[in-house]
Amino acid sequence: MQQAPQSVGTVVPQRAHFTEPLPLKSGGVLPEYDLVYETYGQLNAARSNAVLVCHALSGSHHVAGTYADKPGSEGWWDNLVGPGKPLDTGKFFVIGVNNLGGCYGSSGPNAINPATGKPWGADFPFVTVEDWVDAQARLADRLGIERFAAVVGGSLGGMQALSWTLQYPDRVGHALVIASAPKLTAQNIAFNEVARQAILKDPEFHGGHYYEHGVVPTRGLALARMIGHITYLSDDAMGQKFGRTLRHDKPVFSYDVEFEIESYLRYQGDKFAGYFDANTYLLTTKALDYYDPAFDYAGDLVAALGRAKADYLVVSFSTDWRFAPSRSREIVYALMHSDRRVSYAEIDCAAGHDSFLLDEPQYHAVLQAYIDNIRV
Amino acid sequence: MSFHRFDYDVIANWIEPGERVLDLGCGDGGLLRYLGDVRQVRGYGVENDPARLLACAKNGVNVIQIDMEQGLAGFDDGFFDHVIMSLSLQAMRNTQGILREMLRVGHEAVVSFPNFAYWRHRQAILNGHMPVSKNLPYEWYDTPNIRFFTIADFDVLCEQEGIVILERLAFDEDKVILDEPNFLASVALYRLARKDAAAG
Repeated sequence: MQQAPQSVGTVVPQRAHFTEPLPLKSGGVLPEYDLVYETYGQLNAARSNAVLVCHALSGSHHVAGTYADKPGSEGWWDNLVGPGKPLDTGKFFVIGVNNLGGCYGSSGPNAINPATGKPWGADFPFVTVEDWVDAQARLADRLGIERFAAVVGGSLGGMQALSWTLQYPDRVGHALVIASAPKLTAQNIAFNEVARQAILKDPEFHGGHYYEHGVVPTRGLALARMIGHITYLSDDAMGQKFGRTLRHDKPVFSYDVEFEIESYLRYQGDKFAGYFDANTYLLTTKALDYYDPAFDYAGDLVAALGRAKADYLVVSFSTDWRFAPSRSREIVYALMHSDRRVSYAEIDCAAGHDSFLLDEPQYHAVLQAYIDNIRV
Repeated sequence: MSFHRFDYDVIANWIEPGERVLDLGCGDGGLLRYLGDVRQVRGYGVENDPARLLACAKNGVNVIQIDMEQGLAGFDDGFFDHVIMSLSLQAMRNTQGILREMLRVGHEAVVSFPNFAYWRHRQAILNGHMPVSKNLPYEWYDTPNIRFFTIADFDVLCEQEGIVILERLAFDEDKVILDEPNFLASVALYRLARKDAAAG
């Protein structure tokens, strides 16, 4: 009988320091680095039940559970991970890692550069999806995990899950690639570029070394987040939530907040600018833009997937226009034509790209059914 | 609509071990699972109904959620050895389009459908009512079936479309019907190829 879903409870982040230099796709190298991570559940004796959850643009290692004495600190994918949830911690040992270049404790622009004793700032090297996967693999080595039962991710996290199966084909049993794409379209890169320009043109950006000036380019970062939020929601969802509702019930001919959608976007932008790092935003959007596993195969995704050995579940959402279903289907057809085992669900959900973080019943039922069949 | 084991066996006999098989309208994935067990096929199902898709996921078969009415864009020419559509053609709007698509992405197609000219169905019509039977289990007002055709009709369509009938088996329940299949058979199974492909 299915157990009632529960929280994984109180969790504590951990930190691993790595002294072996990490060569990066850009040609640069990270001489040493930290990764902050969390784990949920127990690694079994055979070390065969580990699942890696990869985060997207603004996510972190804090996937599930809460921090002691911090109400409302549920992890970003808490509805997925826990006892009786689709990714059941009674069966699996689940790991979340803050990616390199992040701003939640792993080595990144806002961390101290050991070589200078000052924050890295703009000197932090460009990192790619492939670099993140390499770093995650070293953490897996450290934790004694030779092979993941599954690697799971949504959006940019889905790109990491896909990349895992290409970089380390023998180390992944299943990849769950959700609301993702095999590479960004020009339109998608365009949104990222507008977001970056908002940050880069903020007078308080100071070439990325704003920490030394004791300021933060909050206006640029807030604008970047506002643009992102527009693209993560569907037209319908925004219409239903905000419509044309006016704060003063009639136009007052002002640039202050009048429409509720303006209020929402400003609130979300300001909130984000209060905790996220602008350099991390720049680096991460570039990692998204650069990701293209078929690039070295003259654009032939089937050829690029040739070395994969994993089984796949690909999921998209009907109203997601930032990572549209058609992009997920590209992955599905390429996997099928590479003779990989693959299933694909296109979930009817009104919430746009953000749907992947919700617990829409069909979505979670499909995840649960697929994950239940993963043998450990 | 549920499959019967005699259908499974006929289809399995038409398939070589290790083939690539596509099952259009694969339901809960039962046939694909069977073909995986007895023929070790590399099987993929297509299903657009959320509940059936979920059943496939539970059954551990590969299932791809797309609307077949839109065709099979994205599937390479000739990738599959067999493309199957079992007891679903009568529920498709784009009949000719899907038949062409099946024989584009597959070397051969396997199609089964309920024979509307089955004598019990004729009897029902003579008695003034639309037939309701094991293979047409719906009332006229709730049926998902939108194309009502007979073995004779399908033969004509194949001729018209340049489709070669490699084999045809007709059944009443699980009994093979050799004489007067258009009158005595409730279900027909066809193995099909394109005329140009079959000649070569």
